[in-house]
Amino acid sequence: MNSSIEISAQPLNIQSCIDWVLSPGSGGVNIFVGTVRNETKGKKVIKLLFEVFESMAIKEMQKLAENILQQWPVHKIVIHHRSGELKPGDVAVVIVVSAAHRDAAFMACRYTIDTLKQTVPIWKKEFFEDGAVWVAAHP
Amino acid sequence: MKVLAFGIVKDIFNNSYLVIDNKDASSVDELKAFLEKKFPALKELASYMIAINEEYASENIAIKERDEIAIIPPVSGG
Repeated sequence: MNSSIEISAQPLNIQSCIDWVLSPGSGGVNIFVGTVRNETKGKKVIKLLFEVFESMAIKEMQKLAENILQQWPVHKIVIHHRSGELKPGDVAVVIVVSAAHRDAAFMACRYTIDTLKQTVPIWKKEFFEDGAVWVAAHP
Repeated sequence: MKVLAFGIVKDIFNNSYLVIDNKDASSVDELKAFLEKKFPALKELASYMIAINEEYASENIAIKERDEIAIIPPVSGG
């Protein structure tokens, strides 16, 4: 297996994601960590909730990983995403890509997070002091 | 058949799923028209997709009685 895909209700372990891809043939490892920001458009964020259509999300993440492994000379890829309630500063998503050289690792990592944000059925609800909104729901 | 709702669509349906008759929704087009008539708030969303058996489906795809349908409002993971 060259990909590790996970939706987790527990905190993500960044180091174990990195360890999973390390190998003597991989000279470049690129990491993207998405965390919960403490404000949106000047409003303080108290917490957020990730709702996940888990079976479909796993499928979409697997498709994405397969696509990456075909498109770039990438050795291994990790895509782990949180579900449930998170606080500012918590880790929401970890993407780690290893390759022989850095170019492929950088490009594949960027493509993975950009595509995940467009295709994987996960929804973020932000809670403010005066209410809550489903992010991106309305134009 | 069962139509699963996620994110803001749960708020619109006021439930996590909806049971509808297959004759009201024999294609993705028909299903969207039926739902938008019943829940006009769907039209105010930035967009939404229909998934059939956990795969995104385009407008003209047929829906069968045993298919699992899900309404996918704009995703916002990451």
